[in-house]
Amino acid sequence: MNQPSIDTSPAVSDEMRQTTCYMCACRCGINVHLKSGRVSYIEGNRKHPVNRGVLCAKGASGIMQVTAPSRLQMPLRRVGPRGSGAFEEISWDEALNLAVSWMKPLRETAPEKLAFFTGRDQSQALTSWWAQAFGTPNYAAHGGFCSVNMAAGGIYTIGGAFWEFGQPDWDRTKLFVLFGVAEDHDSNPIKIGLGKLKARGARVVGVNPIRSGYNAIADDWFGITPGTDGLLILALVHCLFEAGKIDLDYLARFTNAPLLLDATEGPGKGLFLRNADGVPLVIDRQTGAPAPWNGKGVEPDLGATWQGARTVFQHMAERYLSPKYAPEAVAERCGIAADRIRALAAELARVAFDEAIEIAQLWTDFRGVQHQKMPGRPVSFHAMRGISAHSNGFQTARALHLLQIILGAVETPGSYRLKPPYPKPADAHPVPHFTAVPGKPLAGPHLGYVRSPEQLALKPDGTPARIDKAFSWENPLSAHGLMHMVIANAYAGDPYRIDTLFLYMANMAWNSSMNTARVMEMLTDKGEDGEYVIPRIIYSDAYASEMVAYADLILPDTTYLERHDCIGLLDRPISEPDAAGDSIRWPVIEPDRDVRGFQSVLLDLGARLALPGMVAEDGSPKYRDYADYIVNHQRRPGVGSLIGWRGADGTKEGRGEPNLNQLARYIENGSFYQAHIPEEAQFYKPWNAAYQVWAVKIGLYDTPQPYLFALWSEPLRRFQLAAEGHGPAQPPEHLRAQLRLAMDPLPIWYAPFGEAGAGEYPVHALTQRPMDMYHSWGSQNAWLRQIRGRNFLYLPTKIWAAQGFCEGDYARVTSPSGEIVAPVAHMPALNENTVWTWNAIGKRKAAWALDDGASEAKEGFLLNHLISELQPAQADGHRRANSDPVTGQAAWFDLRVRIERVGPRDHAEPVFPPLPRVVPKGRTRA
Amino acid sequence: MTCLPAHTDKKLGLAIDLDTCVGCQACVSACKGWNDQGYGASLSDQNPYGANPSGTFLNRVHSYQVAPDEGAVQTIAFPRSCLHCDDAPCVTVCPTGASYKRAEDGIVLVNEDACIGCGLCAWACPYGARELDAAAGVMKKCTLCVDRIYNENLPEVDRVPACVRSCPTGARHFGDFADPESNVSRLSRERGGVALMPEMGTAPTNRYLPPRRKDTLAAPALAPLGDFMATGLAGWLDRILGGR
Repeated sequence: MNQPSIDTSPAVSDEMRQTTCYMCACRCGINVHLKSGRVSYIEGNRKHPVNRGVLCAKGASGIMQVTAPSRLQMPLRRVGPRGSGAFEEISWDEALNLAVSWMKPLRETAPEKLAFFTGRDQSQALTSWWAQAFGTPNYAAHGGFCSVNMAAGGIYTIGGAFWEFGQPDWDRTKLFVLFGVAEDHDSNPIKIGLGKLKARGARVVGVNPIRSGYNAIADDWFGITPGTDGLLILALVHCLFEAGKIDLDYLARFTNAPLLLDATEGPGKGLFLRNADGVPLVIDRQTGAPAPWNGKGVEPDLGATWQGARTVFQHMAERYLSPKYAPEAVAERCGIAADRIRALAAELARVAFDEAIEIAQLWTDFRGVQHQKMPGRPVSFHAMRGISAHSNGFQTARALHLLQIILGAVETPGSYRLKPPYPKPADAHPVPHFTAVPGKPLAGPHLGYVRSPEQLALKPDGTPARIDKAFSWENPLSAHGLMHMVIANAYAGDPYRIDTLFLYMANMAWNSSMNTARVMEMLTDKGEDGEYVIPRIIYSDAYASEMVAYADLILPDTTYLERHDCIGLLDRPISEPDAAGDSIRWPVIEPDRDVRGFQSVLLDLGARLALPGMVAEDGSPKYRDYADYIVNHQRRPGVGSLIGWRGADGTKEGRGEPNLNQLARYIENGSFYQAHIPEEAQFYKPWNAAYQVWAVKIGLYDTPQPYLFALWSEPLRRFQLAAEGHGPAQPPEHLRAQLRLAMDPLPIWYAPFGEAGAGEYPVHALTQRPMDMYHSWGSQNAWLRQIRGRNFLYLPTKIWAAQGFCEGDYARVTSPSGEIVAPVAHMPALNENTVWTWNAIGKRKAAWALDDGASEAKEGFLLNHLISELQPAQADGHRRANSDPVTGQAAWFDLRVRIERVGPRDHAEPVFPPLPRVVPKGRTRA
Repeated sequence: MTCLPAHTDKKLGLAIDLDTCVGCQACVSACKGWNDQGYGASLSDQNPYGANPSGTFLNRVHSYQVAPDEGAVQTIAFPRSCLHCDDAPCVTVCPTGASYKRAEDGIVLVNEDACIGCGLCAWACPYGARELDAAAGVMKKCTLCVDRIYNENLPEVDRVPACVRSCPTGARHFGDFADPESNVSRLSRERGGVALMPEMGTAPTNRYLPPRRKDTLAAPALAPLGDFMATGLAGWLDRILGGR
């Protein structure tokens, strides 16, 4: 044999630079290898806390994103009709002066006429601060159309949420139940965690109508009917109550289950009984007398009654022991057999109580009680958009937290653990600020957690103060705003008209809007005066997305390897359950185009507008660019964008004066920093005195704030009381019934609003996010689009067989508000009344520098055309938003359709004309 | 006609855990990224932004629906790449000697300098594991990252194939099947690792760890604490809180 000799030790690269990925929202650490100054290879950073060296399909394809032909090249100004694609290239000075000439008069006369909304950015600490300085109430990011139900349901209940803000105790959990997740923000951590569970044979249960991905490897699959997760969860709660398998000690010590509820008819009914200082009361088992919940050494009694008042626990028992939540009563509706529901409840109880674990670790709780051990319930859950993107999603998220809590399975070893800055209860968050005063900043942050009707963002005449109607009676707890309503409301002039719509990285003319075709018309329609109904649109994006064609001014952003970013504790950090963490991006390559990082542009605009905080005393720009801001901006004295290497010499953690070398220190450390939580503070954090001290020390908050998990939600009850006619702040008549139902202070299930049209539209229609694509971004990537360049409408066997579908067929899909024709495929591992497709594969022709005949644009399709931003008119003529009535979350997954076979076709419908090209069509890859 | 070595000292290969693989495609991209700049010609992409993009990939992941005898239909993600067979028909069929199996570790490689792009090897491979690169005109295939696993410029921990290093769930394991105590041998033994299509007589090195049995949860229902309907809330409270 003559084997050729080969070089098995080639040089990997000339240089390796470590930064943070941005191929999705996961924020993994990456090693970017360079050869001759060009990116040659990207791999995961082994030392990084998020991904520990691994990297997903998107991350490993980043090289194709930074060289994509879809990258915008320089600022553009519209010169022809909107949507025609007639743009001229202009300089940055011209672009910024033009933006200022539009914005400055608005700030001086009516700041609310600027609406600034951001999409998948990771710089909300900056963008919200900027909008606050401008003085418009009309700011939010995209949480309203993403998953605010999970955030709000979590914050109002456990002072933390799913998303990436907590995670199962992957190293200790023995039973993991996943609800409504195909892929999530915490993409690699979930995969790493599942790998750990699989390696040691822990049981994974998937609750999802679709058996794909994570649910495919689940040991047990519950192919639930969409929108009924809350009902299944409450049936599990029923079983656990029925059998007495609940963690009474945990409920008594750490939740509001022992608090006494006022039973007197009137404005206080259902609120907590309080002492003269306003502190809610429990009955202390040692004395049998009322005591403040947080009193030293108090032992709350779950079963107490006092002067007619009962505890929350008794109200819970009364509700959840009701036969209407028995598995037999919900089985048909959920599409899950009653014996399987009972088996799951039994397994939850068995693992939580019979396989309980403990860590020998001394700790002290907020009542001053010392504990020798940290007992743990090794049952964990994760859930996301599948349960939350329904009009009952908020209450469903609350129900899941209820289930966790009665098992003692939050913040205990083996269960679900929060990551700093969480735990943080709703009461520790701001309330919304919304009063626009010409020439002045807003008095505080836009977004917050409403505690009572008086805090709604309403004008004196009772109309919504915000363009998206966030924090109004229609959706009182809309903590993330309602980005999906902005264009429709601005177009309708309801509640008022705006002048300039300023969007960042949000594809509102395509996959991020409901009723997409109509939205495109709203963006191009003119009024009787010949002006556009939405007069001015400024858009910033790195790529030639569908939205670009509808803007008047384009501010081209950089790619993620060409920019500074800050992923910090003021926004969405990269913390772990046992460490606060943050990270940065820095320009590992320089742009080869005339583009600028949006955050630097925003600071430049702020300086040109002389916004408070953005100009020095002499009127010059306060910050050179975003990097300068990251290092030098202080939100409170000593607290800034990053927690690592603070203080002049870089020795301080969390709090400390700015350090001019801070970014260099981050870069030396792989672009991240971790502040580790002491051993005794790593569990039971909301109640753990040592954690509270640590959190204050590093600046998460300024005083210790222990709290109880809110099984009974007083904020919700206050809205229910208003709906019942109590109090000065009263809802419109047509919303009373909805508020009484949806603002129930104990988790409840009600049918999603989409059910109203169920008769003619018997089939549920869903989307899932592929693990190898991030929303609309993936299709411009030469590698990723080869992995998933087409989407099909997947049909279950029941529908496939009944209509005689064959391979190559298309189906007409009709909803109450629209119709599409789409290619189909057969998928047996699917709930029998559900169809689905991959999210955002369908593209508008000529967008993203793709060929007009690209499969994404020809056979690809969106379900968005079938979803209206408004529900059909009710009997009283009102059309409600297609959103959760508590938070305003877009109810994407309430969609009901009917399916008809149309036989073979060669393209999907509707067909839109190709977009004008703002960058040349891509031909070869770099 | 090219000869196979009579014996290889090692049998390097992959054990791929089908019970753990979620089909995320991370290994596909990682493989493309490394090998595009690694051993031999780069992995070209034809029509990358056009109607029918078609590029060279050395590793692809497919998804299958599998109906068990009883119970719900299952979805299986199935990664597919060269299995580095002992009796590799792609080697013996090669007219120029370009396709060969390394005597020291059993890796099947293509010597691109000798490859004439005739495609016989791809035709002979029953697994569809070889792809002719349309730009370079040479046959490409999984090299087990031969330019990583011995690479002294990489930290020792990184001397594994790119797909293994990248796999987020840890479903891909790299090792020496000739060593019965290696990680892959042990895993394969414990989990009943299978060779793909053994009836083809190719004696593949790689092993697939089959999915565990699914949908087995059948715990008996919990015993009620008493008859709630008969005794009401007060009775239930007495029973549950009585011991406290």
